[in-house]
Amino acid sequence: MTVADAVIIGGGIQGCSAALHLARLGAKAVVLEMAHAGRHASGVNAGGVRTLGRHMAEVPLAVAALEAWHRIGDLVDDDCGFESVGQVMVAETDAELTRMRSRAEDLSHAGFLHEEPIDSADLRRLVPAVADHCVGGLVARRDGAANPFRATLAFKRKAESLGARVREGVRALGIERVPGGWEVDTDDGRIAAPAVINAAGAWADRFAAQMGDPVPLQAIAPMLMVTAPMPRFVEPVVIGGGRTLSFKQFRNGTVLVGGGHRGRADRASQRTVLDWRELSVNAESACALFPIMRTARVVRAWAGIEGRMPDDIPVIGPSGRQDGAFHAFGFSAHGFQLAPIVGAVIADLVTSGRSRLPIEPFRIGRFRAAAG
Amino acid sequence: MFARLPDLKERAVVRLTVDGRAIEARAGESVAAALLLSGVLVVRTTPVSGAPRGPFCMMGVCFDCLVSIDGEPNRQACMVTVRDGMQVERMQGARKVDP
Amino acid sequence: MRDSMIDVAVIGGGPAGLAAAATCAEAGLTTYLIDEQASPGGQIYRAIADTPVADRAILGADYWRGEALVAAFQRSGAVHLASALAWDVTPDLEVAVSVGGGSRFLRARRVIIASGALERPMPVPGWTLPGVMTVGAGQILLKSSGAVPSGRVVLAGCGPLLYLLAAQYRRAGAEVALILDTTPAANFKRALRHLPEFLLAGSYLAKGAELLLSAQRSVEIVRGVDSIVAAGEGQLRSVRYNVRGQEREVSADLLLLHQGVVPNVNLSMAIGCAHDWDGEQLCWSPRLDAWSNATVGGVAIAGDGAGIGGAAAAAERGRIAALDAARHLGVLSEAQRDLRAAGPRAALRRAMRGRRFLDLLYAPAPSFRVPADNAVACRCEEVVARQIRDCVALGVPGPNQMKSFLRCGMGPCQGRLCGLTVTETIAAARGVAPGMVGHYRIRPPIKPITLGEIALLPKSEAAIKAVARG
Repeated sequence: MTVADAVIIGGGIQGCSAALHLARLGAKAVVLEMAHAGRHASGVNAGGVRTLGRHMAEVPLAVAALEAWHRIGDLVDDDCGFESVGQVMVAETDAELTRMRSRAEDLSHAGFLHEEPIDSADLRRLVPAVADHCVGGLVARRDGAANPFRATLAFKRKAESLGARVREGVRALGIERVPGGWEVDTDDGRIAAPAVINAAGAWADRFAAQMGDPVPLQAIAPMLMVTAPMPRFVEPVVIGGGRTLSFKQFRNGTVLVGGGHRGRADRASQRTVLDWRELSVNAESACALFPIMRTARVVRAWAGIEGRMPDDIPVIGPSGRQDGAFHAFGFSAHGFQLAPIVGAVIADLVTSGRSRLPIEPFRIGRFRAAAG
Repeated sequence: MFARLPDLKERAVVRLTVDGRAIEARAGESVAAALLLSGVLVVRTTPVSGAPRGPFCMMGVCFDCLVSIDGEPNRQACMVTVRDGMQVERMQGARKVDP
Repeated sequence: MRDSMIDVAVIGGGPAGLAAAATCAEAGLTTYLIDEQASPGGQIYRAIADTPVADRAILGADYWRGEALVAAFQRSGAVHLASALAWDVTPDLEVAVSVGGGSRFLRARRVIIASGALERPMPVPGWTLPGVMTVGAGQILLKSSGAVPSGRVVLAGCGPLLYLLAAQYRRAGAEVALILDTTPAANFKRALRHLPEFLLAGSYLAKGAELLLSAQRSVEIVRGVDSIVAAGEGQLRSVRYNVRGQEREVSADLLLLHQGVVPNVNLSMAIGCAHDWDGEQLCWSPRLDAWSNATVGGVAIAGDGAGIGGAAAAAERGRIAALDAARHLGVLSEAQRDLRAAGPRAALRRAMRGRRFLDLLYAPAPSFRVPADNAVACRCEEVVARQIRDCVALGVPGPNQMKSFLRCGMGPCQGRLCGLTVTETIAAARGVAPGMVGHYRIRPPIKPITLGEIALLPKSEAAIKAVARG
């Protein structure tokens, strides 16, 4: 039997960030990762560092996380490939533009000034290659993108250097309540700790159920495509206003095209299933916003396995039923950016029972009626 | 560097341009073969370091012979058969897009 | 091309694919052969139907054996989709096919992959210079364009193809200045215990001896070469090599490299077939049953793509896989399949006799598979071996994790030219077997297609399904 201050189930970026922040507060966690750190959603996502267009409940966390990304080297001793190139949401119609303007206004009333409306001329200054019909948009100038796998590994390595243990290739089989805490059974022995943290991504519902918090989690497989190098034509990350599109050109000219179009996820085999019918829609959107992309050659398409909640916002916080149990999952394909702050919030909760930021909307209890 | 054997079966002459310069090939030849046979050894410079590259495997595996054909970039010259009037352009490293 | 259901889709038009397609079509199955080349034959029989080379002696009798295969294929009634790239196969056996810049899904009841072989990378310093090509490339230029080199030519590496090309060039009247043979001397001892079996295979020996003698008469051969550097600014100017501790340099206009061939597994990997490391052929091979069926339902793999066996073996393996497809589809009973497979199985045994001797004799030296620090391993992203070793030292355990740091394998060739090098270099640095390190997770499309082409894919429910990935 191994003993730790906390057991974290899941070696994605949320689990590694929680381990890192716990270690900073002097608590030694063991992270259990069935494959390798960043194998699934954390390592293969688009790497968007985006406050732009967030669900209102997520805005305080995203804004705080963005500050952490701008000083990410201080946190993890690696720049994680983060570049503050800005993110632009493109409006293709006047109706879309109107909605964006009122959103920016709502945000500013709440004290958040990170989203600025832009007109057609501003849009073309920021994104010269955008299609002629686009009328304006929103920009978050300090947003950007990072290298997701490298970032996950940096969080993991920093956590380890501060005393956390990340056990890769070790699968958590079950959680059991014992006096004074929890025991986690794995395929490589049992671990006891006063606190257990469920950061198991697309697999998190199983552990939530064992903690007495059943949730309606859906395992999804958001797909991405990347192209061969193109001449440099776009600096910021671009997302669609009326279409599900995210679009990013790297320094080497390759272009990442995504937008949350889904393939199929098979949790048992840890494999994903691409759906070309959906990717075709994604490709059409990219070509519509950037006509230059028609001749770009797609080198690869892939998908990661991610957990999605019915309301598309995560579960972050203590168990609704048990002491010493915490959740950080269900990020619904936009959790990467939040990781630096979610780890801090979880570490706060484990060590002091309080969160530094409002997390009430993310409570697990919101599904109680739905899950029965 | 390469030359056609003298006693080949007759094949029609095909005319194409490379960066605007006219070259002659034979029907049925790949663009990469046509380039090598007209003395064009370097077909592009790489996007990473700008290093020169020429055809390497001639069977569609290595992607070193990428050229622009009739305006479409990143085509495998060894996998495309020559056509009369075809416009081939060598690709130069990490180009900036025309404004 | 419509989205109707066909019986069998055969992917690849070399000996295995031609034989498989002909066998299926002769059995009464609706059969499509999907091949990237403009004319049938694969690489071994490249351009056999339309080569401009008039003098049949130049390419040799082994080459012209392919004519019978092509003729049988053309008689069989199988449909030939030429210049067509099969870029994905879904679990429902929908084959994504790109022809002339447009893609469609071809729905099949069985799929036979006959993707053949590609040349093993030989990552010596300077191998990215213009003027350095592969021996296979030289041979393709000869077969398809009747082209021979006109300057000072050096051939380097190991394996029969090196000497075959030298002989073909000699017969065509082209001069080879030098052959640098990198076959390790120790190989012969290791291969020796398989010599009797090899001798029984008679024809190999005769052919090999003939090639060697032919080369020796006309070309200077340096044996025991243990390092090679292609040198030049912007273009190959000279080849430096080391033999028995002695450094030498020769001027050269063209350096053709070769150290054997390995299965082309990008498609079989991309669609999720299990593969294993072959410790003797030093490559990945798909895991197959006795009838060449892969671990993905409805998919068989035949020919060199299933493990190197050569052209004669490939055709027989194509026939065997086709007979089992016919059994699955109900046009042959199990007994009929077995009866008809007896001939191909016997021929396959004959064709494979002596293979282990050749595999061991021509196993490329470790120093030419796991390159020097300054040699480019990944040609697309220009990653040198030292960077790979540094990354391993950082704690990166395998090729997939390494992508995020070095981008190796993420370029347009999808790891075809660096996959084996990267796996073996990581394995050597970690001190573990290549099988433990694994290969890149290959992703569809297995070759780049345009975003515009994907945007125009049919979007109806019926046309598109999904694909399993790792």
